[in-house]
Amino acid sequence: MLAIARQRILGQSFQKIRPAVSVLRSYSSAAKQITVREALNSALDEEMSADPKVFLMGEEVGEYQGAYKITKGLLEKYGPERVLDTPITEAGFTGIGVGAAYYGLKPVVEFMTFNFSMQAIDHIINSAAKSNYMSAGQISVPIVFRGPNGAAAGVGAQHSQCYASWYASCPGLKVLSPYNSEDARGLLKAAIRDPDPVVFLENELLYGESFPVSDEVLDSSFCIPIGKAKIEREGKDVTITAFSKMVGYALKAAEILEKDGIYAEVINLRSIRPLDRSTINASVRKTNRLVTVEEGFPQHGVGAEICASVVEESFAYLDAPVERIAGADVPMPYAANLERMAVPQIEDIVRAARRACYRSVPLAAAA
Amino acid sequence: MALSHLASSSPSRSANLLKPLSSAISLRRPISTDTTPITVETSVPFTAHQCEAPSRTVQTNAKELATFFRDMVVMRRMEIAADSLYKAKLIRGFCHLYDGQEAVAVGMEAALTKKDCIITSYRDHCTFVARGGTLLEVFAELMGRQAGCSKGKGGSMHFYKKDSNFYGGHGIVGAQVPLGCGLAFAQKYCKDEAVTFALYGDGAANQGQLFEALNISALWDLPAILVCENNHYGMGTAEWRAAKSPAYYKRGDYAPGLKVDGMDALAVKQACAFAKEHALKNGPIILEMDTYRYHGHSMSDPGSTYRTRDEITGVRQERDPIERIRKLILSHDLSTDKELKDIEKEVRKEVDDAIAQAKENPVPEPSELFSDVYAKGLGVESFGADRKEVRATLA
Repeated sequence: MLAIARQRILGQSFQKIRPAVSVLRSYSSAAKQITVREALNSALDEEMSADPKVFLMGEEVGEYQGAYKITKGLLEKYGPERVLDTPITEAGFTGIGVGAAYYGLKPVVEFMTFNFSMQAIDHIINSAAKSNYMSAGQISVPIVFRGPNGAAAGVGAQHSQCYASWYASCPGLKVLSPYNSEDARGLLKAAIRDPDPVVFLENELLYGESFPVSDEVLDSSFCIPIGKAKIEREGKDVTITAFSKMVGYALKAAEILEKDGIYAEVINLRSIRPLDRSTINASVRKTNRLVTVEEGFPQHGVGAEICASVVEESFAYLDAPVERIAGADVPMPYAANLERMAVPQIEDIVRAARRACYRSVPLAAAA
Repeated sequence: MALSHLASSSPSRSANLLKPLSSAISLRRPISTDTTPITVETSVPFTAHQCEAPSRTVQTNAKELATFFRDMVVMRRMEIAADSLYKAKLIRGFCHLYDGQEAVAVGMEAALTKKDCIITSYRDHCTFVARGGTLLEVFAELMGRQAGCSKGKGGSMHFYKKDSNFYGGHGIVGAQVPLGCGLAFAQKYCKDEAVTFALYGDGAANQGQLFEALNISALWDLPAILVCENNHYGMGTAEWRAAKSPAYYKRGDYAPGLKVDGMDALAVKQACAFAKEHALKNGPIILEMDTYRYHGHSMSDPGSTYRTRDEITGVRQERDPIERIRKLILSHDLSTDKELKDIEKEVRKEVDDAIAQAKENPVPEPSELFSDVYAKGLGVESFGADRKEVRATLA
């Protein structure tokens, strides 16, 4: 009872504090802060400690301490039999990881970025995702594929793609994408414990960001349920859905919109597959307007699925067409000004929310 | 030539002609239980790469030879029956038959225990049976019925038997090799003192992921044995058109390899036992089984546009694996020709019975469309073609 009350109070206090993230950083706070990197590292450490079947595999995860230092210290702690540096051969080592999972081990396979997962995508889809179904439950695949996904900064077209929509379309996979440190810890621990293949999409630019975490989040048993979205900020006028880095942008957009008297409800999806359709639809039934935000390519994207879901389930509740904010429909350019145009910015989310609330008129279509 | 242990002379042999095989008053021990050692030479010596070839002298016994004979007859009959069922449209989609290659499946099984893992391609019916799968499970799966080994959800290419460490059954050419190396990794991780045999064809032998997996296996000393079932044709492409170097047993470079007559079950057994011992101590090794498939690549391939009928009949006459064991049994006086023919009749009936049973078996319940998508469904919703009409909650 007390624990639940404490949780509610903490949750409420964070609801008020979180929109002013910058304030939290400049004042010393009683709440502990950890970076997303620390969150992921501690989650891996705890799960490896709890279950000897969990092991890590990937390029530079061991002696290099991780290309992005996510696996720092783990080789020293668990030894080379459980933290394995692989050659640069994604198809080979991903297949080996999946085979180990067939046997009953719990591999965590790191892709240095998910762009390289395309070299191994046959094993993720055909060897991992479909096996439980094709074998009628004989061969389950308790594997996690993790790594940075989506745009970084100035890394160009081949290193910037978001794979959320591709993987999330595939039955048999679970696809998660954390935003803050609490998400990173809770979702990664849940992913490792889950008996199915999980694609875990991190974000390189978030690794260094700090977020407040409660004692509950820091506890080694902390887990976030897979398939449940989180309402990061409550509102009544427009629903904004986002995942990963875009949650931060959506929250900032909500602050700006509040000044205009538009109260946006920001939903952190956390789970792309299964998609929490009930939370999204319940929110849209309350606000009657929806803006979907994602970094990835727009066509056949996550926003397209959310829009379809809302049109199917909550059509009568929509007072405006669904707005989609996504990465530009071009390969990622290098030049800084073009790159800025290729990725959603806070003002894009604000503008779309205003349109959904009839506060602005879209540009006339080109002739 | 081969040495015969049993000293019984011809006259007593003919006296047994009319007696059943397991007769209590027969003058020799029944073939099915006789384990007195017999020594046989393999048809050809092994060719080795980066290792010393095992001896071509193989230890066997009457019981083993009888098992080889019966098991291969079952496999042969099963595959031929599958051909008929496919033409009768009771089997749909892809159906890749193994007749001609039976010696690889039975020889390998004789050298392994059920603690060792086997993983193979889509040409998996006989490997499944060698690992303990039943004929009913085979035919029911091929016909998409509930009693199938994958409850009708997998089909010809997706047979599995985890309790015998048989991991399928894979449709993507070459994918099973890294998966097999992963099984070997797990066996080493768990200190199981067992090995994995990953089977692939001459077509798959050129796949990049094979070399990636072999590299890692060699670096990490994994107990992985890569077995190339070289039936000389990757679908319609002969090996010399697909591989610059069709000496598949040498393609491992730093990894040792052995070339084996894959139509000789005893040679297969010897090579697999040798490979198992090697892999447990020294890491990966490649076995190239020189074998042959009588059917085309699959049921949609007549198998005669890229090879001559003379070639096929030639192999059948000179190298058939069942005939080899039959000759061995007869020349060692372990059984009579009639007894062996009786076994074949018995097997034919067994296969026919299994088919009849499978035909009566029901198709999966519609709810099975949504089962086993996940091991843990989390109460998530899934949808049919018309999501307003058909929805399910995944348990």
